[in-house]
Amino acid sequence: MAKRFWIVTLIGAICLAAPPPKPANYVPPRTADGQPDIQGVWNNATLTPLERPAAMGSKAFLTPAEAAAFEKAAVDSNNRDRRGADAASDVAGAYNQAWFDRGSKVVPTLRTSLIVDPDDGRIPYSADGQKRMAAAAEYARTHALDSVEDLALADRCLLWATAGPPMLPGPYNSNYQIFQAPGYVAIAIEMIHDVRIIPLDRRPHLPGSVRQWLGDSRGHWEGNTLVVETTNFTDKSHFRGATANMRLTERFTRTDANTLTYDFTVDDPATFSKPWTASIPMTKAPGPIYEYACHEGNYAVPGILGGARKQEAAAK
Amino acid sequence: MLSLVALPAAAQATISRGPRTADGKPNLNGIWQVLTEANWDLQGHAAAAGPMVPLGAIGAMPPGQGVVEGEEIPYKPEALATKKANFANRLKLDPEVKCYLPGVPRATYMPFPFQIVQTPQFILISYEYANAARTIYMKDPGPAPVDSWMGQSVGHWEGDTLVVDVTGFNDQSWFDRAGDYHTDALHVVERYTLHGADTLMYEATIEDKNVFTKPWKISMPVYRRLEKNVQLMEFKCVEFVEELMYGQYRKKPANP
Repeated sequence: MAKRFWIVTLIGAICLAAPPPKPANYVPPRTADGQPDIQGVWNNATLTPLERPAAMGSKAFLTPAEAAAFEKAAVDSNNRDRRGADAASDVAGAYNQAWFDRGSKVVPTLRTSLIVDPDDGRIPYSADGQKRMAAAAEYARTHALDSVEDLALADRCLLWATAGPPMLPGPYNSNYQIFQAPGYVAIAIEMIHDVRIIPLDRRPHLPGSVRQWLGDSRGHWEGNTLVVETTNFTDKSHFRGATANMRLTERFTRTDANTLTYDFTVDDPATFSKPWTASIPMTKAPGPIYEYACHEGNYAVPGILGGARKQEAAAK
Repeated sequence: MLSLVALPAAAQATISRGPRTADGKPNLNGIWQVLTEANWDLQGHAAAAGPMVPLGAIGAMPPGQGVVEGEEIPYKPEALATKKANFANRLKLDPEVKCYLPGVPRATYMPFPFQIVQTPQFILISYEYANAARTIYMKDPGPAPVDSWMGQSVGHWEGDTLVVDVTGFNDQSWFDRAGDYHTDALHVVERYTLHGADTLMYEATIEDKNVFTKPWKISMPVYRRLEKNVQLMEFKCVEFVEELMYGQYRKKPANP
């Protein structure tokens, strides 16, 4: 397993590797209306986890040799033959690398987490935040399959991590297409055809009484960086345990022709002891974006819940 | 036609050209919405009671003059019977009831706004209903790689008209709440023409040899939403159909 590999390989590492130098100052092309051009199809899959695995302790960066060994182990693990001895175990373990696309590389900085602040690479939960997360986990343990509301938002085809926001890589199809027209940046997200249309005219946010799964985004350019502020979240999307009052700041910077560096800062004092920041490189992808009609093909929800009800009936 | 007859010819030409993009094309960017009852029934229809008694007047069908050129959709006889059966079972069968993707052209005349984000190579249309989206490729990528609800859209300019050829449909979407339907042989050609700054004339020619005796055409104006700070909002209706679709699987039924 990948987790064991991290422990075996990395325990005993003597010193912190230095981060590689930042890329040279790339000057992006401009759109006809003068925006830095960040258009195209991008993919944010990576083997680097959001949080630094606890076993890595204070190790913030891999050496190139460690990174190569980790990538090989992770890809081998994802590619392993998952066929089971019988039909039931085949079905239970059927998702292999042919389905998944978790990438084949760690981030180029070789950092051990996508989180760059705080230094330990971990989400800085407050005591209240930890308490709420624990209570939610306890509820999930005892009510995992009572009704559709107990299933994951992705299983319900309501919201995928790829959409967020913030937009994190998912198990597959972590693809995005960005379009720019005067006054707008639009991000079409392949997974479950969500679209974020971000106005750049400094208009006010929606009233606080209006809440949306993807929040309400406003953008502006700071030099070559698109800065997007998002508020008005619901109390149902709870990104990493955050409340509806989460404030998200995203920064998109094209750092070379094939890289869109995506940094985001999450601020929610009710959940986190301080704001935290992650950085994910998005890489140019060939496209096209496909239609992922998740809800229309959702056999998972009736299968999972229907199976649970059958099992209960059989146990009586 | 809008009443432009009183204007001098030069002024008419200026109005009908509408705004332009940097590359000189008609500028279709903006938030648009129809004002028509086409989603209830493409054909002309009188007002009628709705299928849900408790909804009373809220659920009643508003009357509409119809948007089909020649008034009647040219169904094959057996296909007309299917359409009628669809209508009779619409609460069970209309994909809109289940928050399924609307397909094309229905996405255009759903009673929700949509936003066009226009670039020289791609035109994104984002629909408020069900967060449906489609990308119009201005360079033909070849045959659709797979069938889909929204199809594959390939566009080109014919003068000042954006012509969009849509193929690669599955057989799942409907054209309206009246049971008008198609198979996966559906082929739609849409035409978008600015008529002044704030009106988009929309036409769709619909062809499906399995269902219709000949191609037929619908047309309607689409209007720019002009409210200050107007934006698309979220209509993630999946959440609103979960009880309908999955309520039967509740451990403790909500309405035993």
